[in-house]
Amino acid sequence: MIGPIISSGLVSSAWDNVFAVFLGMGFGFALESSGFSSSRKIIGTFFGYDFVVVKVFFTAAIVASLGLLYLSYMGLVDYSLLYIQPTFITSAIVGGIIMGIGFAMGGFCPGTSVCAAAVGRIDGLVFFGGMFIGVFLFSEAFPLFENMYYSGSLGPKMINSVFGISPELFTFLLVLMAIGMFYGAGWVQGKVKKIDY
Amino acid sequence: MKKNKYDGSFYLNPYLGGVILGTVLLLSFYISGRGLGASGAVKNSVAATVNAIAPTHVEQSAYYSQFAGGDKKPMNNWLVYEVLGALAGAFLSGIIFNRLKLKVEHSPKITSRRRLIFALLGGLIFGFGSQLAKGCTSGAALSGMAVLSLGGYITMIAIFGTAFVAAWIFRKNWI
Repeated sequence: MIGPIISSGLVSSAWDNVFAVFLGMGFGFALESSGFSSSRKIIGTFFGYDFVVVKVFFTAAIVASLGLLYLSYMGLVDYSLLYIQPTFITSAIVGGIIMGIGFAMGGFCPGTSVCAAAVGRIDGLVFFGGMFIGVFLFSEAFPLFENMYYSGSLGPKMINSVFGISPELFTFLLVLMAIGMFYGAGWVQGKVKKIDY
Repeated sequence: MKKNKYDGSFYLNPYLGGVILGTVLLLSFYISGRGLGASGAVKNSVAATVNAIAPTHVEQSAYYSQFAGGDKKPMNNWLVYEVLGALAGAFLSGIIFNRLKLKVEHSPKITSRRRLIFALLGGLIFGFGSQLAKGCTSGAALSGMAVLSLGGYITMIAIFGTAFVAAWIFRKNWI
């Protein structure tokens, strides 16, 4: 079956939300079982005592990128039907900076706070609650940010085109970079003072 | 599998965890043609709530009206179902790996109260930023990276780059 099986009409779109529940279960399971329900484990990346975030995040990015290119090469996925997040340079940078501050203060990102709340971490639940307030404030203040929100629009631009290389070559370089980071992470972790958590 | 020496729970090897996460993400693209997300579910919940209380306000808002109002059904949304699934999946993992426990996790050097205040503020700021960037660590960064989206990479670098600096500023809360 050529994917994406919903977008290409192979499977009725009525099934989409059913799949969403199961995909979400896999998502939550993967995050929680890797240790992402613990804010002190997540934040370890920024102090060098636990690089689980780097290892899980980049392994996942590689598996999915390689998998999609491979399925596309085999004719099993129509890449043009995949949703590629459009690029808005300004808001991607400014929004990312704001999220980075929230990350360092709260110790979670939205997905991991859901997982933390699911296993009874009250700090995760409170972070998740805080998000509702933040989203509400942004929505109400939207007119102030509307220009920034839409500025620097490049459409669904792919990063390999910026460097003028093929998606395959970019992904290959990404894999090399990630392996380098994994070794670097192991090296730093060996040097840094252990933290009890 | 690695045992946590403090609470006796188990963690998967991070590379195995990454392969599972990547496979779920790949399946998500193969089935639904889109990546995983989290903040979008909060956005739709907020839009639905505001729509229930003040429908005219939603109609007039350039932001809410994209997701709610009229015949739009913000809660009947892929991301909302996916996040509900994530809640169940994480709970299941908590049972299997012996991690279900009601507690506030924090550094012994700070109080629970301080931890919760920072968790609330962190969530608030993260939620705000996720709307500006049109996605969070999962929806914009991870899912974007899977399809080599330029914006996904930029958001990822901005989040992690800033968090390295900000974590140092807030280090007394953590180490």
